[in-house]
Amino acid sequence: MTDARSDFMILLGGIGAILIVASLIGQTLALRAGPEGPGKGIQNLNARIAAWWAMVALLAVAFLAGRTGVIILFAFCSFAALREFVTLTARRSADHWAIATAFFAILPAQYYLIWIDWYGLYSVFIPVYAFLLLPVIAVLEGDTQKFLVRISGLQWALMITVYCASYVPALLSLEVDGYEGRAILLIAFLVVVVQLSDVFQYTWGKLIGRHRIAPSLSPSKTWEGLIGGVVSATAVGAALWWITPFTPLQAAVLAFAITIAGFFGGLVMSAIKRDRGVKDWGHLIAGHGGFIDRLDSVMFSAPLFFHLTRYFWSTV
Amino acid sequence: MPDAIRSLAARLLGFAIIVFARFITAVRAIWTDSEPETGQRVYYANHTSNGDFILIWTVLPPDIRARTRPVAGSDYWFKSRLRTFIGKDVVNAVLIDRRPDARDTDPMETILDALDTGVSLIIFPEGKRNNTEERILPFKSGIYNISVQRPEVELVPVWIENLNHVMPKGKLIPIPLLCTVTFGPPIRAEAGEDRKAFLECASNALLALAPEDEATA
Repeated sequence: MTDARSDFMILLGGIGAILIVASLIGQTLALRAGPEGPGKGIQNLNARIAAWWAMVALLAVAFLAGRTGVIILFAFCSFAALREFVTLTARRSADHWAIATAFFAILPAQYYLIWIDWYGLYSVFIPVYAFLLLPVIAVLEGDTQKFLVRISGLQWALMITVYCASYVPALLSLEVDGYEGRAILLIAFLVVVVQLSDVFQYTWGKLIGRHRIAPSLSPSKTWEGLIGGVVSATAVGAALWWITPFTPLQAAVLAFAITIAGFFGGLVMSAIKRDRGVKDWGHLIAGHGGFIDRLDSVMFSAPLFFHLTRYFWSTV
Repeated sequence: MPDAIRSLAARLLGFAIIVFARFITAVRAIWTDSEPETGQRVYYANHTSNGDFILIWTVLPPDIRARTRPVAGSDYWFKSRLRTFIGKDVVNAVLIDRRPDARDTDPMETILDALDTGVSLIIFPEGKRNNTEERILPFKSGIYNISVQRPEVELVPVWIENLNHVMPKGKLIPIPLLCTVTFGPPIRAEAGEDRKAFLECASNALLALAPEDEATA
């Protein structure tokens, strides 16, 4: 079994090569666009590729910094995602202290529990204790208008942007026989497979997409895109078995499970955007919208991937 | 404090304020039919929070920021030593006294004097913070007088969205929410334009930048 870091560098090299090809294609399209300049689609493509470079660089730095680096990175991702979510739901000043508690107490506490590896508490902290505490803080303000909607919205925001997202760094605590010191590659597997699945679904949908899955939710999601994307991402997952403790077949099954979860995650988050009347969650990443637009599929698949791996492979 | 240390401290604090503002609000500038230009301007904005001018100041490009001074009430900014330091040294505010009975200088004179040094200004023409349900309060005459007396200066409407939810009145800790600052096309008072008509026109130019009322209401 090779060293985790050298495997990670090989993976990084592969991603870098894909991005270089993508950048060359994007720049060529932009150069060939003629005097009026490239169209909206090509500009968006290039903005997305540029943002991909930045995201890969950030992930690489965090990975090389090790466990603490990854936990801090995902804590900040949760912070940015929660900020986007609450922007779309919060409006009443009566919720001020409940929201401040969510940001400045619950979020750091959850990642601290991940850091000290207290599985028994971090797996129930937000679903049980934040769930009970936040309505208590809110109710003390005495504003009962839309109370259930407000407090459920905040709990939902915490569950998806903090609790579910924190299962990505939680993967570091899993211990699989013969896989010691390599758990960081489980994160790479999850993120690469789920993100590539998004890209594949988008690309297949653009190329041959005809039959829409949910026209009322998302005009760009088609059956052709979904099937093509899931099959491609499952194949990539199987091909990445060498960075995981799984056999190629097991890796394919897990890749299939997390891409399906990721797809439904995108669908659910689209429904929330529709409900709030916005197209993107935020404006932080050029060409991608907000953090949640990029992380929705990871947030839905991370707990599933964690528990499948923990139940079937982990010794803790 | 020696001047060099004082100015270094002011620059560091200014930088820290900008980093903090971005951390909490991830503020984004939107220029609609408008460009960030270095010419002399008066930015006029809606006023719902004490942090309003900090947000405008944060999103202005550094070269423009360096030559732009907020106009602020001295009664607020002289309240503590830290506020005085921020007001005078960090943002270099043009301080005016809002209490007609206690002041010895005319605020309009102070503002025009500042404009005559060539800097741009940030003003809040509603005159006080808007804590009502209305999107905007009726403008005071100050903005009209500025435009009539310095007709060469462009007035740029600036809509600040969401900051009032970040830090509602009376709350000590800000909550992180995305904010935007929208700059609109410049306006000017026409020669001989009626005061009331101009104030309404300026107010409408600002309101036009406000996003549609959110579905959450």
